[in-house]
Parts: sequence; structure tokens; C-alpha cells
Amino acid sequence: MPVFDELLLIVMLTSLLLGALLSYVLHKKPRLSIFVGFTFANLACLAGLVLGPAILLSKHSLDVILPWSVFGTSLQFSLNPLAAFFITVISVLSLSVSVFSYGYASAYIGKQNVGVLGLFYNLFIFSMLALISSSNTFMFLFFWEVMSLVSYFLVVFEHQDYEVRRAGFIYIVMTHIGTAFIAIAFFLLYKETGSYDFAQYSSIAHNLSPTLKSVIFILVTLGFGTKAGIVPLHIWLPKAHPAAPSNVSALMSGVMLKTAIYGFIRIAMDVLGVGSVWWGVLILIIGAVSAVLGVMYALMEHDIKRLLAYHSVENIGIILLGIGAALVFKSYGYNNLALIGLTAGLFHVLNHAVFKGLLFLGAGAVHYATHTRNIEEMGGLLKRMPWTGFFFLIGSLAISGIPPFNGFASEWLTFQALLALGSAKLGATMNIIGPALGAALALTGALAAACFVKAFGIMFLAIPRSVNAEKAKEVPRTMLVGMGLLALLCLIFGVMPFIVINLLSPVTYSLIGIETIPLLGGYSWLNVPPIVGQGVAVIKPNSISPPMVLAALVLSVLLISLFIKKFAKFSMVRIDETWNCGTDLTSEMEYSATSFSNPIRIMFRAIFQPTRETKKEFVLKPYFTSRIKSQGAIKPFFEDHLYRPLLKFFLKFADKVTALQSGSIHLYLGYIFATLVALLIFAR
Amino acid sequence: MLREAAISAYQIVLILLLAPLLTGIIKKMKALFQTRKGPNIFQPYFDLYKYLQKESVVSEHTSWIFRVTPLIYLSSMLVVAAIVPVVVTDSLLAFTGDLILVVYLFALARFFLALAGVDAGSAFGGMGSSREMAVSAIAEPAFMLPLFTMAVAAGTSNLTGIVQSVVNGGEGVLTVAHLMSFVALFVVAVAETGRIPVDNPDTHLELTMIHEGMLLEYSGRNLALLSFSVSIKQFLIFTLLVNIFFPWGIALASAGIGALMTGTLVFILKLIVIAMVMAVVETSFAKARLFKVPDLLLASLLIGLLGLVSKFVFRG
Repeated sequence: MPVFDELLLIVMLTSLLLGALLSYVLHKKPRLSIFVGFTFANLACLAGLVLGPAILLSKHSLDVILPWSVFGTSLQFSLNPLAAFFITVISVLSLSVSVFSYGYASAYIGKQNVGVLGLFYNLFIFSMLALISSSNTFMFLFFWEVMSLVSYFLVVFEHQDYEVRRAGFIYIVMTHIGTAFIAIAFFLLYKETGSYDFAQYSSIAHNLSPTLKSVIFILVTLGFGTKAGIVPLHIWLPKAHPAAPSNVSALMSGVMLKTAIYGFIRIAMDVLGVGSVWWGVLILIIGAVSAVLGVMYALMEHDIKRLLAYHSVENIGIILLGIGAALVFKSYGYNNLALIGLTAGLFHVLNHAVFKGLLFLGAGAVHYATHTRNIEEMGGLLKRMPWTGFFFLIGSLAISGIPPFNGFASEWLTFQALLALGSAKLGATMNIIGPALGAALALTGALAAACFVKAFGIMFLAIPRSVNAEKAKEVPRTMLVGMGLLALLCLIFGVMPFIVINLLSPVTYSLIGIETIPLLGGYSWLNVPPIVGQGVAVIKPNSISPPMVLAALVLSVLLISLFIKKFAKFSMVRIDETWNCGTDLTSEMEYSATSFSNPIRIMFRAIFQPTRETKKEFVLKPYFTSRIKSQGAIKPFFEDHLYRPLLKFFLKFADKVTALQSGSIHLYLGYIFATLVALLIFAR
Repeated sequence: MLREAAISAYQIVLILLLAPLLTGIIKKMKALFQTRKGPNIFQPYFDLYKYLQKESVVSEHTSWIFRVTPLIYLSSMLVVAAIVPVVVTDSLLAFTGDLILVVYLFALARFFLALAGVDAGSAFGGMGSSREMAVSAIAEPAFMLPLFTMAVAAGTSNLTGIVQSVVNGGEGVLTVAHLMSFVALFVVAVAETGRIPVDNPDTHLELTMIHEGMLLEYSGRNLALLSFSVSIKQFLIFTLLVNIFFPWGIALASAGIGALMTGTLVFILKLIVIAMVMAVVETSFAKARLFKVPDLLLASLLIGLLGLVSKFVFRG
């Protein structure tokens, strides 16, 4: 029903604008402002949640022509299957985050202007949805810029803090560098095709010269890569995400990065059509490097939100591994294999939005309760905040790719895509790269598990490490509902991945002409058709059945409990102290986050280049020490070796250029004259 | 269907019954190599029985994570046991999972055990968890790579499919790639089962222990469940090692009772050989320093990678 869909789109976008407006107007009455602002956001997300799947199921695009035009281009919202899928992703996460925000935003009452938060929050979701729905590059860039600016204002929401302003500055510089690349790519497309329209590009762009196509590909990789946070363009991410309020960080990490993935897929797979093989290889390598380095830097962080921000880098890497494999297969013409990678990438887009959103909300809840983001000052929170802890545990398991949660389902598909690179007839190099990258993905998964054992263990288990943690209380119910929704989705998408795979069918059909149905085996398991590789007859397809895995796990737990009840002599359990070699256990004796990650820091010292400084004060040198102060750090490799030299170069260059600005009016008149002459000669 | 179910049940029961025995056999052999008398090979069973009779002491600092960990650990091992082909190439739940699921079910178990190690708040537990996660982080790619090489050769990541394709391939599959992958996986198996030179299963000395550190706070039936799970895990990893690389003698899916019995016998013999090799390795090496362990695992990863490369370079 196109009319109905059209109505939903209008409801979705207008209620966000209304929410923005009203929550600012009501800023004198903060409680009302919060209620109105986030209720409109919720309304919009519900509309989006109906709209996205409705379009996907109807398998038709939705076009809504607006009664305005700019530069002779009519403004039009156009929702093709790919856009509809991203609308769904954004709506799912924004809904939970908005519910969470009722409680979370109330912490700002009296400290900050919550009306402003409501204004930018609504505008932020609006800009993302509008950007996804844009039908031409002009609108896309416009909303892209709105999104960048609004998210900048959200990052510097707590602008009284110097660190926050600094993070905001780095963010806005990096994001505009990215925008510049995207704008150049779009202008090149316009110059060649004479159109702003995405739909028209797809039919014209196939005729572009391969060199130009490659140039555009590189430009969009750099441009969207900056926003998505690929290594080495990721440096803004671990600074900006922690600075923003947690509900905004959840949106930024969960869905704003995904708009870049959307843009990338739109241009690289839809507009540019079939490309060279090296495109896919480049994306695979970027993906692997981002995944491994992202998780490694995450392990070294003790600020929970910075830790999560680095995990965004990791997960963008995993998404790109899937998409890179799809690009390689597509360039060889094996669209049936490209399907595995593309589905894996898109599925991980949704999964990452769900579990990372959950984790950021959990971090927000913990910050709300303990007023700190430093995990070294937490501990024992599971007893004090049982629900938050439980949801955070589910998020941790999901992000570590552990079955039966959703991270496993999409990582499994990614593994299959990489293995398919190994089995298909692509030549020895590709065959070796595929499984080798699979090993990199395995390393990523194991390191992520280590990181979340650290994060969950230090935050939620054992004895509180500070008074704040000791006094922490469970957060308000709305916040728990927001997290609970996402935790439930982690389980549902993990156990029943075919729901998502089914929804993705029109998306993959529109991009590579193949539906996702071959990936489903009888609707209860995922099934990757085997590739007959080296002439060995294959009998068994690659398959996993998450519902069966869950059922088997639950059944085993029940059986073991029964067995224990029957055979263990003492049903009694004695509660006693932890054995601590005869002394009382205090929180200072516990393993800290720094000591937990120390073996990994030492094993990978070539990457981290850890430094350590110990200062001793003596009562009587050298026998009696009164104080020892130890300080450790890791070298920020990319800041030191890439950004600082670049910055130095630009400052030097700027210094040279100042010579032009001497202050003499005669010289300036001379410049004007020279320019005029030059223009007359060259631009007649 | 019923037949498959019966065979599957038989395999699982076999694993459950034999797993502690394997631990006992390795201990005994080690003792013999070191000219000690050593414990009875059935000692692990006596230990399990003893633990079950004792009361369980749980620290007051722990949360529910500490209590559910033994259950989750053992159930993930049981699910793996239902997937891995043991004496027959097929099993009822073969479609449920492939080698990736097996590796990630191990990860599930490890995740909870490491959390339980931290849960009591003692520094020993934290130390064990921290080391376990660090070592496993490097072991994981080294574990997966040889399996991937085999999966690519078979064209499927399904364990039954891999085993069958190796059986069908005959001696022709014994290539450099095959053998190198085996060596790589063997080194990882040493690490995953917590044996010398990576870890020392016989000690509770804080400077050397990895795995035992996490179990330190457990007692009574919880300890029984965990020790049992650990011996099952060891059994499963050896089974993978044996069945993926040297599956000859394994009964085919259509086999009758006779073939099943031969399959079981051959399988047990292979396990004893592996146990003997493990005992030799454990006797002839000293426990390596913790920060030498990555070198060992890195070597295994490189051998695995060479295996993968040689597969495509030598056989096109």
C-alpha cells in the first residue's frame, strides 16, 4: 500500500521535527520537555519500524516527490530496499535508545539545558533517516552535513569540559575531511552523467571509464571510511563517542557509522556496478586491519566508553570483511557467492547496531549509577544493579561472537564468505588470502572475548573498588526497558537469524540479483551451499542451526542439574570468604583492568610500544621506600606517525603562505589585477 | 532417524565414559616416563566421585556467574560432543554445527570460566583469567587456520563433510599441507588442553598456573563438574585432531554393528597413541615462561599458514 507507506514516511519525519521543536520550546520545564521530545522520537521510530519492513516485504521502492526543487532537480525521497533496510536498523536502535533516554536525560536536569538535548537528539535521528531516504546526491550531501553538525553539537553537549570541546573539534575536522572526499566523488559523477539522481547513475555509470570509476571508488572509500572509522582514519571515534551523552553515543556508534556503510554500498555496489578485483581486496585488507587494531586498542582502554568506541572500529572492520568478499566475488561474476559476503555484512550492520547500542546504554546506566566511566573504580555492580549487569553480559557475549547470540550468526556468515574465497576458482592468491583473513577474524573474536571478560569482570564482578561503586543502585525502569529490548533482540536475531536473512532478500536482489533464500535451510538453520572445490565430492553443506544449538544447551543444563540433584551428596552450599592466604580480602588486592590486560600488552608490545615510568620516594635510600608511583601508557601510533607530521607540514605551509599577506594595500591591488588578467585569459 | 539417534547417543556416552580415563592414562604414562609409579589410571573417576561427596564452598563475594559457570561449561562441551564425529562419520546433530561453531562453543565455555575466575575477587583467579584469555587470543587463529585449510580442501566447514572427504581421498590427501596443518593443530592442542610447555596441569603454584588459577575457588560438586568438563574438552580436542587428519578406520554412516565396533577400537587405539605422544612431549619439555608461549603459538600459526600456502602453491 504505497499511500500508507507514504503516510508513514511523513509521520516519521514530521514527528521528529515536531519533537525537536517542542522539546526546545518547553526547555523551561525540563521534565515535560524530556517527555515530549523522546515521545515524538519514539513515535517516529515506531513508524520507521513499520515502514522499513513493509517496503522490504512488498519488494517495491517507495518514491515521494516533494513540491520543491533546487538547481532544477526535484526533491524526492526514494526508499529502495537497501534504504528500507537501513531505515529499519536506525528505527530499531533509536526506539530502544529513546525509551532509555526518558530516565537517562533526567540526570541532566538542573545541570544542562535538556531542551537543547531534545532538539538535537530529534534532529540527529531526522537527519539520518532523511539522508538514507534521499534520492539524489544533493539531498544526500545536505542531510549528511546536517547530521555531522547536529552530532557535533551533541558531542559538545557538556561543553563546560575542555576535553569535550577538544574532542568535538577533532570530530568536526575529521568529519569534514571525509565530507570533502564524498563531495568530490559526487561532483565527478555529476560531471560525467549530468545528473544528481542516484537512480540515473545506476544506468549511466556503467559506461564510465575504469580509471574514473576507480578514482571515485577511492574517494568514497576515504570519505565514507572517515565517517565509519576505518583505521587509520578512526582517531576521532575514541574521542568523540565518550564525550557525548551515552544515549547519543549509542546512536552515533550504532547507526551513524552505518550511514557511511550505506553510502559506501550505494556507490560501490549499486552505482559503480562491477569493479576491479583490487577494490574488494583493498576493502578486505582495510577491514582486517581495522578489526584487529580496533580490538587491540580497545583492550588497552579503561574508560568504558572509549573501550566501546574502539570496538566500533573493530566491528566496522568485520562488516567490511563481508562486503569486501562480496566485492571480490562480484568482480569475478560469482554473484551467488557474493551473496554470502553481502548478507554477512548487512546482517552484521544490524547486529552491531543492536549489541553496541545495548553496551553503550549499559555504560550510560553504569555512569548514571556510579558517576564514573573508569572501570578501575567499579566492581561488584552485578549485585547492586542485577538487570543492568545481566543485559550488559548479553551484550558482551553478543559482541564477542559467542553463540547463541546475534554476533555469532553474522560472524559465522562472514567466516563462510572468507572460506568461500578459499574454495572458489579465483587463483592461488585469493584462495590463500581468504582463509588467512579468516584467521585474522578469529584473532579479532578471541581478543574481543578477552576485552569483554575484562570489561564485565572488572565492572560487575568481585568487590567494589570505590565508594561510588559500593553505593550504586539499579537505574530507573525506563532505562532498563530500553536495554532489555535490545538484549532480547540480541537473543532473537541470534537464535532465529532467518528473520533477518528473509528481510534482506529484496536488498541482495536489488544489488546483485540474487535472493538470500539459498542461505536458508528449511527455515530453521543457516545453510551455505558447498562449493565443489578441488574435485572432491562434497556431501555435507555448511550449516548451523542456532535454534538447535540453544535447545541442546538448555537441555544439557537441565540434564546436568537433574544429575547433580540426584547424585551429589550435599545439596548444601556453604557461603564463606574467598581464601586470601590468611588475610582479609580488600579491593586493592583484586586484579585490576590494567593488570588484566598486561599479558596482552606485553605479547603485542611491537604494536602498543608500552612505556612505563616508576618514581620512588625514599625514607632512607635505597632501603626504605615511602612511596612508589608507577605510570604506564601506550604510544598512540597513528597520532605520532601520521597525524602529527601532517599537522606539522600544514602549519609550516601556512607559515610560508603568510608571506602573501604583507599588509601592503598596493600588493593586494596587484593580486586583484593579476587575478583579473588571469581570468580574462583563461576563462573568456 | 532412530538409528542415527542411537549412534549419536552411543558416541556421546563413549565420550562421557572415556574422557576421565584419557586423563588417567596420560598421567600414568607421564609417571612411567619419569620412572615414577604414578596413580591408578582410574584415579580421575575416584576424584570425581570424591568431589561429588563433598560440600561446596562458595565465596560470599561471588555472584550468580560463579554458580552457573560449571553448568554452562559442561553443557557447551556436551553440545560439542553431539556435533563432533567420533567413531562414525555422521552424527544426529551434524547439521547443527560446523567447526566454527565448535570453536565458538569452546569460547563460550572459556568466557564464563574466565569470568568466574575474576568473580571471587582473589588475585589468583584474576591472574588465571587474564593469562587464559591472553593465551587463547593467540591460540584461536592458530586453531582455526589448519581447520580452515582442511575445510577449504573439502569444500565445506561441516566436520562430517571434512572427515568424509579425507576418508574418500585415500593416501592422496597426505600432502605437505595436510601434515603441516596437523603439526600446527597439535601445538594448539597442547595449549588448549593446558599441558606443558604452555601450562602445567599438575600444579597450583601461582607463578606457573593458567588454567588451575581459575578453578582455585571451586570445590565439591562444582569442582567435579568443571574437572569433568575439562577432561571432556581434552578428549574432544584429541578427537578432532585424530579424526580430521587421520580418520581412516572410522565407521561410515551406513555401517553395521561390526563396523561400529571396529571403528570404536581403532579410535581408542589412535587416542592412546596421541596420549602417549602427549606424555612424551610433557616429559621432555619444561614449562615455558608465560611470555615464551606466544612464540610457540606464533610458530604454530606460521606452520598453519605455510600449510595453507603450500596447499595452493603445490597443487594449484
